[in-house]
Amino acid sequence: MKPNKLTDRLLSAPYLLWEAIFIIVPLGMVFYYGLTDRFGAFTMENVVAIMGAEHAKALWLSIALSLASTVVCFLLAYPLAMILAHMNVSQHSFIVLIFILPMWMNFLLRTLAWQTLLEKNGVINNILEFLHMPPLAIINTPAAIILGMVYNFLPFMVLPIYNSLVKVDPNVVNAARDLGANEIQTFFKIIFPLTIPGVISGITMVFVPALTTFVISKLLGGSKILLIGNVIEEEFTQAGNWHLGSGLSIVLMVFILFNMVISAIFDKNGEGNML
Amino acid sequence: MKKELINLIDISKSFDGELVLDELNLSIHENEFLTLLGPSGCGKTTTLRIIGGFVSPDKGQVVFDGQDITSLPPNKRQLNTVFQKYALFTHMDIAENIAFGLKIKNKSKNYIDDKIKYALKLVNLEGYEKRMPDSLSGGQQQRIAIARAIVNEPKVLLLDEPLGALDLKLRQDMQYELIRLKNELGITFIYVTHDQEEALTMSDTIVVMNQGYIQQIGSPETIYNEPENAFVADFIGDSNIIDAIMLEDKLVSILGARFACVDTGFGTNRPVDVVIRPEDVELVKPEEGVIQGTVTHLIFKGVHYEMEVMANGFEWLVHSTEMFSVGTDVGIRVNPFNIQIMNKPESEDEEAAAIET
Repeated sequence: MKPNKLTDRLLSAPYLLWEAIFIIVPLGMVFYYGLTDRFGAFTMENVVAIMGAEHAKALWLSIALSLASTVVCFLLAYPLAMILAHMNVSQHSFIVLIFILPMWMNFLLRTLAWQTLLEKNGVINNILEFLHMPPLAIINTPAAIILGMVYNFLPFMVLPIYNSLVKVDPNVVNAARDLGANEIQTFFKIIFPLTIPGVISGITMVFVPALTTFVISKLLGGSKILLIGNVIEEEFTQAGNWHLGSGLSIVLMVFILFNMVISAIFDKNGEGNML
Repeated sequence: MKKELINLIDISKSFDGELVLDELNLSIHENEFLTLLGPSGCGKTTTLRIIGGFVSPDKGQVVFDGQDITSLPPNKRQLNTVFQKYALFTHMDIAENIAFGLKIKNKSKNYIDDKIKYALKLVNLEGYEKRMPDSLSGGQQQRIAIARAIVNEPKVLLLDEPLGALDLKLRQDMQYELIRLKNELGITFIYVTHDQEEALTMSDTIVVMNQGYIQQIGSPETIYNEPENAFVADFIGDSNIIDAIMLEDKLVSILGARFACVDTGFGTNRPVDVVIRPEDVELVKPEEGVIQGTVTHLIFKGVHYEMEVMANGFEWLVHSTEMFSVGTDVGIRVNPFNIQIMNKPESEDEEAAAIET
């Protein structure tokens, strides 16, 4: 049966409806609230508020921590993806299972588990105390937040890189060896450049959620460390200032869009779009 | 005879417990166009990969120009490979692809630029420096793959079914181009293919392989006209392979009829296999033939007619420019020079190898 345009449209109707109600409308509301004041008059005040000392500090800290965790994720994920790509299928599904398994658990639960592990009187410190070793004091520090981000987002870096690695034709690698390149030259001149689309996708998929998170920073950073996500969340839930919250969200969206554009430029073939 | 450049000595290799090559011995000479020919799984590609250094043999030695290179990695070997699916570097333009090997060897920019120009001219793709591999047709990509290999001035070029992905016309053009290239470069080509026509067209020497064993080594003429066993006869071109009895020197009984032949030394009353190429079967009037039969099939093939003739219980394949319509009674005659006598396979192993084709 040749699908005609009418059935196509009918089939996509549920999704379009969903998209309209849960994406378009909320987005419109964010822009409406972000660009108006309490009396409904147009203003840029809520957006410009990002320049305020406290907000700017939260934004830069967010960017710094997201970048740091993206870098850590990349450094961990690339070698892991290479190991996975070189394995035969039976070993490989086992390792993938180990990696994916935590992802089946709720994100909030996993982060709460880390809180319990890292706490001053938490599991890790109890063990260290039992072993007469100095306690670990990383809860409520940026390090704990980075740890949480890396833990939660690492699979999103591994999968697109793995995906682009298995697509590299083994004969292309052989050709490089054949033309005189040793293993290190082959990696840097051939394998890595061919997997850049996967790397860029991975970076996007880690950086964007890391930049906007407020749960990880709240649970592992205590109340001392405010990320831009926490600031926005507080404006909505505690201060009740939807206008300021929306204005700051718009600023954050600009950052995310920028990242997406870069990733789209590099990933023309859609190689990283497995997830 | 020219100098021996590569010697494979007692090479064995198995994958997952399955023997792919069994104590293979092969000498390849300087400036030779040698083709490894055989059905898929015969070990020809494995042999090439062992020479290239991508597969290491379980047993045996690879000797290159007098030196044992068995454990040398591919990047240290003085030979280059043209891969089946081109294997171009898609993130680099054509000039960068060709320059890859030279840059690794730290050649000067002038030298590299000259080489790129020279190589592109050699493969008739001048002016393609800035194009990306994806924007080229299959035939053009294969030429670039050849250019990328030969700029490194290898002593030996390995070609792994390089024309397999091209269409018929292009494949024929590339065959002539490869012969020209080989003559211009004056280097050794080792060519892997399952296409007997390609092998016959281009090679100086053909190595027919089956199930990890070399069946016959020889010039295209020898392989075609004097196949050593039924496998070679059957794999190279069409043929009539018939059970026969060698009555005495120069006389063979085929399907009960006595044919004169030219072979000697098979003894008397010995069972043999006989190969007669379809173009060597002459159809004549019934009374003029050695045996008589009836035409059962007729197909027009362009250059010739292909006919099947039922005679003495055997279906003879015949190629002739003369047409005999179905149902015609004919006589069959064969020039003694065109009857090729072969020993019957001696062991059951050889028998199995011959049958599974």
